[in-house]
Amino acid sequence: MTKKLIPIFSRGTLHLVIIAVALIWILPSIGLLVTSFRSPADVAASGWWTVFEHPFNFTCYTLENYQEVIVKIGIGRAFLNTLLITIPATIIPILIASFAAYAFAWMEFPGRRFLFVILVGLLVVPLQMTLIPILRIFNKLGLAGTFPGIWFAHTGYGLPLIIYLLYNFISGLPSELFDSSSIDGATSFQIFTKIVMPLSLPALASVTIFQFLWVWNDLLVALIYLGGTPDVAPLTVRISALVGSYGQDWELLTAAAFVSMALPLVLFLGLQRYFVKGILAGSVKG
Amino acid sequence: MRTNRITPWLYVGPAVFLLFFFLVYPSINSAYISFFNYNSEKFIGIKNYLYCFTNEIMLTSFRNNALWVIVFVPTTVFVGLIIAILVDRVKYESIVKSIIFMPMAISFVGAGIIWKFVYAYRPAMSAQAGILNAIRSFFQLEPLPWLIIRPWLNNFCLIMVGVWTVTGFCMVVLSASYKNIPRELLEAARIDGATEFKIFWKIILPLMKPTLVVVATTMTINVLKVFGIVYVMTNGNFDTDVIANRMYKEMFMFRNYGRASAIACILLVLIIPMIIINIKRFKEQEAIR
Repeated sequence: MTKKLIPIFSRGTLHLVIIAVALIWILPSIGLLVTSFRSPADVAASGWWTVFEHPFNFTCYTLENYQEVIVKIGIGRAFLNTLLITIPATIIPILIASFAAYAFAWMEFPGRRFLFVILVGLLVVPLQMTLIPILRIFNKLGLAGTFPGIWFAHTGYGLPLIIYLLYNFISGLPSELFDSSSIDGATSFQIFTKIVMPLSLPALASVTIFQFLWVWNDLLVALIYLGGTPDVAPLTVRISALVGSYGQDWELLTAAAFVSMALPLVLFLGLQRYFVKGILAGSVKG
Repeated sequence: MRTNRITPWLYVGPAVFLLFFFLVYPSINSAYISFFNYNSEKFIGIKNYLYCFTNEIMLTSFRNNALWVIVFVPTTVFVGLIIAILVDRVKYESIVKSIIFMPMAISFVGAGIIWKFVYAYRPAMSAQAGILNAIRSFFQLEPLPWLIIRPWLNNFCLIMVGVWTVTGFCMVVLSASYKNIPRELLEAARIDGATEFKIFWKIILPLMKPTLVVVATTMTINVLKVFGIVYVMTNGNFDTDVIANRMYKEMFMFRNYGRASAIACILLVLIIPMIIINIKRFKEQEAIR
C-alpha cells in the first residue's frame, strides 16, 4: 500500500534522502570517537576520516589520550563527582515527587488546584530567576560548593516536571483500585507503597531517565553552586574549562568529551522506550 | 479517596516547601533586587533595565536570541516533521530515529566539543582537522573560520548545533502524532487523486496542528534560555552572545547582582506568554478528564 504513495519522490530518492540525513546526524559523533583514539601526531597530520582509507589497520589507534585525560587532567575525578552528584539528585526528587503526585491525584485538600496550577507555571520559569537568591542563602548556610547543596538545588528544579509527569500517570489509574483498597482497611500509605508505586514503575522509569540525563548533562547549576574546584566539579564544568586551556588538542578534548557521553548514551539507548514515553506524556521543561 | 485533614499535607508538604524555597521565593526576590545596585544595598529604580536596553552588547544579545528563535524554532519543528513523515515509509525507521534522537542524551558541553571539531579551522596550507573545511579544501575553496565570521555565519553555525541536539525531540513527538492520523483518511484522499503535497497541507498539517503548537512553544522556551552551546563554543565572543550568557557574566564575572537579576527578569517576561499557554492547555486537559 505505502509503495504507491510517493509520486513526488521515487522510492530510491526516499532512501537516499533518509540515509543522507542519518549520515549528517551521526558523522560528527563518529569524528569525535575516532579522534579520541588517534595519536597527537596523527591528529595534527591528517583528518579523522583518513582512517577509513585503511579500515583494518588497527595499529594507528591508541588509548593514551584516555589515560592522559582521566589520570593527569583529572577527568576521572570529575566522572566520580558527576556520579556523586547525579545519583542522589535523581533519587531524592523522585521520592518526594511520588508522594506529592499521589496526593495531588487522589486526595482532597484545600488549595490543591491552586497549588497545581502554580506547579504547571513553574515548569517553565527560567532557572536564571533563582540563581542569585539561592546562591546567597547557600553561602550563608555553607552549602555553596558542597554536594548536599547541589542535590537540594536539583531536587527543587526537577520537582515540577517530575510531579507533573507522575501526576499524569497516577491520576490515570482506575479509581476502583482506591475505593476497594480503602474498604479493605488499607491506609493511604499502604495503598501508596503496595499499589500505586508498583503500578507506576513505567512512569518512574521515564522520570528517572529524564532527571538522570538532566543532572548528568547540567552545566549551569553546577557552575553556579559548585564552581570549578577539582574536588567537586562535575564533568561538564571541567570539560568546558578544558576548551579554554587545551583548545587545539583535539585528541584530548574528544577523549574527555567521550568519557562524559558514554554512560548517558548507554542508558539512553537501553531505555529509549521509557524516555520516549516520558516525552510523549507532556514534557515542557528545558 | 478519603483522608483526614493532615495526611495530604504530609504527602505534598516536602514538595511544596521545596518548590517555594527553590523557585517561588527566589523568583520574587530576583524581581525585587533587580531594582537595586550591584550588591543590593542601594535602590536605583529602573537603571538596571535602562542599561539592558541601551548597552550595545545587551542589544546584540537580544538580536541573537531573536535570531535563535527565528531560525531554530522553525528549523527544528520542520525538519523534525519531515523526518517523522519520511521514516514512517521505510523498514529501518527505528534505527534512523535512534540516530537522530541520540544527541538528546549528550550534554551541550559534549555537543559543543563535537561541533567545535566539525568547525575546526587551520590555515589553508595545513591539513584540516574539521570536516567542513576539509570539504571546502577538496573543492579548492579557502577554509573558513566558521565561528569567527560575524555576525551571521557564526551565529548560524551555533544555531545548527542546537538544531542537531533537539530535532530528535521534535521528531519523536511529531512522529507519535503523525501515526495517530487514521491511514484510511490518507488513503481515501489518494484514491480521490490528491497529490502528496496537497495531502500534507490540507490533511496532515491541520490534524497535527495542536502538537505542532506544543512542540513550537517548547522549542521557543528552550531557545530563549540557550546557554551551554554558546558558553562552550564562543563564550559570546565575536557578536554571538545571548541573554542567558550575559546574565551569567554579570553575575559571576562582574558580580553585578542587580543587572544580572534584571536580565533574568527580562528572560522571564519573554517566557511568560509560554507559561500562559501552558496553564491554558493544562486547564483544557483537565476539562476533558
